[in-house]
Amino acid sequence: MNAADFPILSVMLAVPMLAAIACLFVRAEMARIIALTATLFNLLLGVWLWISYNPAGAQWQFTESASLFGPIGWKLGIDGISLTLIMLSVFLMPICIGASWRSITSRVGEYMAAFLLMETLMIGVFAAQDLMLFYIFFEAGLIPMYLIIGIWGGAERIYASYKFFLYTLLGSLMMLIAMLWMIQFAGTADIPTLLNTDFPVDVQKWLWLAFFASFAVKMPMWPVHTWLPDAHVQAPTAGSVILAGVLLKMGGYGFLRFSIPMFPEASADFIPLVFGLSMVAVVYTSLVALVQNDMKKLIAYSSVAHMAIVTVGLFTFNQQGIEGAIIVMLSHGLVSGALFLCVGVIYDRLHTREISRYGGLSINMPKYALLFMLFTMASVGLPGTSGFVGEFLALAGAYKVSTWATLIATTGIILGAGYMLYLYRRIAFGAQINADAAAMPDMDGREMWLLAPIAAAVIWMGVYPETFLAPIRRDVATIVARIERAAPAGDSKLNAKDPTTAKYRVGGHGSEKAAEGSQH
Amino acid sequence: MDLNTSLFLVRSEAILSFSALALLLLAAWRAEAGRLVSILSVAVLVAAGAYAGHFLFAGTQSLAFSGLYSNDAFANFSKILIYFAAAMSLIIAPPFLEKAAAMRAEYPVLIVLSCVGMGLMVSAADLITLYIGLELLSLSSYVLASFARTDGRSAEAGLKYFVLGALASGILLFGASLIYGFAGSTSFAAISTALDGDISLGLTFGIVFILSGLAFKMSAAPFHMWTPDVYEGAPTPVTGYFASAPKVAATVLMIRVVTEAFGTQVMVWQQIVIVVALMSIIIGAVGAIGQQNLKRLLAYSSINNVGFILIGLAAGTEQGIAAMLVYLVIYVAMTLGSFIVLLQLKGRDGDYKESLGDIAGLSKTRPALAATFAIFMFSLAGIPPLFGFWGKLVVFDAAVAAGLFPLAVIGIAASVIGAFYYLKVVKVMYFDDAVDIIAETDDKTLVWTGGLMALVNSPVGYFSIPVLGLLSAQAAKALF
Repeated sequence: MNAADFPILSVMLAVPMLAAIACLFVRAEMARIIALTATLFNLLLGVWLWISYNPAGAQWQFTESASLFGPIGWKLGIDGISLTLIMLSVFLMPICIGASWRSITSRVGEYMAAFLLMETLMIGVFAAQDLMLFYIFFEAGLIPMYLIIGIWGGAERIYASYKFFLYTLLGSLMMLIAMLWMIQFAGTADIPTLLNTDFPVDVQKWLWLAFFASFAVKMPMWPVHTWLPDAHVQAPTAGSVILAGVLLKMGGYGFLRFSIPMFPEASADFIPLVFGLSMVAVVYTSLVALVQNDMKKLIAYSSVAHMAIVTVGLFTFNQQGIEGAIIVMLSHGLVSGALFLCVGVIYDRLHTREISRYGGLSINMPKYALLFMLFTMASVGLPGTSGFVGEFLALAGAYKVSTWATLIATTGIILGAGYMLYLYRRIAFGAQINADAAAMPDMDGREMWLLAPIAAAVIWMGVYPETFLAPIRRDVATIVARIERAAPAGDSKLNAKDPTTAKYRVGGHGSEKAAEGSQH
Repeated sequence: MDLNTSLFLVRSEAILSFSALALLLLAAWRAEAGRLVSILSVAVLVAAGAYAGHFLFAGTQSLAFSGLYSNDAFANFSKILIYFAAAMSLIIAPPFLEKAAAMRAEYPVLIVLSCVGMGLMVSAADLITLYIGLELLSLSSYVLASFARTDGRSAEAGLKYFVLGALASGILLFGASLIYGFAGSTSFAAISTALDGDISLGLTFGIVFILSGLAFKMSAAPFHMWTPDVYEGAPTPVTGYFASAPKVAATVLMIRVVTEAFGTQVMVWQQIVIVVALMSIIIGAVGAIGQQNLKRLLAYSSINNVGFILIGLAAGTEQGIAAMLVYLVIYVAMTLGSFIVLLQLKGRDGDYKESLGDIAGLSKTRPALAATFAIFMFSLAGIPPLFGFWGKLVVFDAAVAAGLFPLAVIGIAASVIGAFYYLKVVKVMYFDDAVDIIAETDDKTLVWTGGLMALVNSPVGYFSIPVLGLLSAQAAKALF
């Protein structure tokens, strides 16, 4: 059976939704099983989707359209970029359920229902082809996440849940006003149509800022990142995984799907702003990460730094930069998710996230130390792991646009090595200073099953990234072609002529872009 | 126009009036007739609503009694909504009123009479009709507010409502007399003609006074002061009624007055409406933050919602009016649902609880009830995918289409403040430790009606968008 003749996206949305409702009415044991079954089934559907996706076919595949809700069209469809992010979601979801198998003991049914609902909404965000439908999925994620942090979170959970909710809500509402204007201007909420609508240049600026308010918070970019460390630290392990793994990617996806191709001129005008904030974020949050005593907070700050490399890559306006940014998003989704799971593994044993309470774990937990080492290296960006591919591409793309931004963003990798290796040394190496930490047993089968698939994916992406680049290449090229007219000149070329006139010269970018495209 | 046609057009009011009188007689002859009269009243409201249903698509305006009364699609859309809210208030009331020893037959009769008043309000095409309808509603409401005679708070609420309501009626009447004096007519059509072009200061004053009086009735800021006190003091089913049906009637009347009577002076009333809308949104949101009493909290929430509804009016377009009607429908479902939940908050000691502290940890002891209430709270906050989002979306869409960007941006930013206190209720129910003083609901009616309202507010409600959009557009078209 071919996935193209089957409403696979609707089914992928419906499965977790129905499972969520079922979970509310059954006992804890049953809820766990239902949740795991549903997420694994969705993973299978995701694999089928991946196999059936034709990278050389139509730009939008598996499209569905129904007018059930009047002005809100039930329009779904994916391109390669959506595909990779949907895969990331369905891949992480069973792992999240597995991670909560034993650590969540109260109100299990509601917990599983909240997670399954999150899965529906995440897939919906990446598959929606109607602007209003996208907004509903995008915004609705606040409710389950608010409950996950607030009910099953740590001591400061209430403050964190409020901060998370209100920060993201304020950002999103500005975007809503802009969306309403766009729909009225274009006369349609159809995203593929809007992608080819030329909005007036003077209005683009305002629309861009409204979208930026939402996506910058979601991303999160400095200085609106402060909700993230709080939310991460307070959320249960699986909540952190899904937050870092997928929710942050919605910001990057938003920039890539809306801000850049719909408002190319405004995006080009705001490059200094984006690069400036990203440069600050890379250096500042890396330094903050260096002095953290709380493991989760450290990883949360490192997320902000990695996301800053994503924004730099996205706003390079060239193929490498954008492809690199997408790979960083995927890689970070896997790696930071895995790191939070690693924290969860030892947190479940000792119930503290204080770094100084551990030490010398490589002696009593060798398997754990090995996997933790792998993910640490992937986070640093060691060649052979997924982190390297993305960061290298993103920074190579950025170099064509701004030498300074690249220089400063690259220091993030050095600082990243600093804080991650320092973290690893304090946890895994050295003397076993704490008796209780030294007595912890190594990972059991369940924990291995959670981390091993991520480890495999991380290495796969590092060794053979073509698997993940193939589906996105054509779609990135489409975006690059669309924004060609506004692409920035770049300051890294040896050129006798005045660089500010570069964009008026014939043949500057087009031929170069074509050459890049064929290199991959 | 002959009398028969007029009588035909006002048949829904006729049904209600004669039935109210008949039911009053029944109540006089039969002791303990509260429940029976309630059931009959619901039947009467359904009959009147069914009659109104015939006119939802009427293309032309049908004026009765030489232009005093207008039976158009707009009025009938509103009437059905009002009758629905009134019928719901009757269905959910018995357990509470029996506990307060106030389940007397006058309760349904007064509600039916106030429905007559509201029917006249939404159909008014003349200042006299407007005033008669408004007073019929107000006088019934004053009595309803103090219906629990033995309860001091209820009596206080009734008195407060009466004194302040009388003041507002006076203001409105003064405005009406100014308009009549300067325009020379009480008919909306004639006033509209007289207001064309430059107008005198007297007419401007008249407009301001009439709008102030109406703003009081719909509890829009800065005329909202009575709302929290009256809502808190009145018996809970009555509060639910006040927050739904009369609000619809007053809002619809406001729409009719500004579009039909003052339609030629958009610049004059538009700024008033914008100011009132923003003040209501902000005062409603900020005022609710410190409230510990759930009824007061819902009172501020209703002020807040009136502000959002008025954003549609500020747009002043057909789209804006249609958006308001959609919002009103959703608002009625949200508000009635919230009050149905309040009616289920009966403590183990048998008393009704209405403080925020009493529902701490409700999700652990009564998960279904807490989930229902959470749905209403998120819906009131306008968070998708709940249906309350759609109401907010359509009014803001109308404001954006009319080019009112500052209004839309300020309004939507203030809705984040509003979200804060709705979240607080959810937080208390879901995150706090359980106090476990709420008993199991013994009344299945409340469970079912509450569940029904929750279903409407859930994403399932989105399926009603096509029908709702069509009917509200037809209704709004009747005004232009």
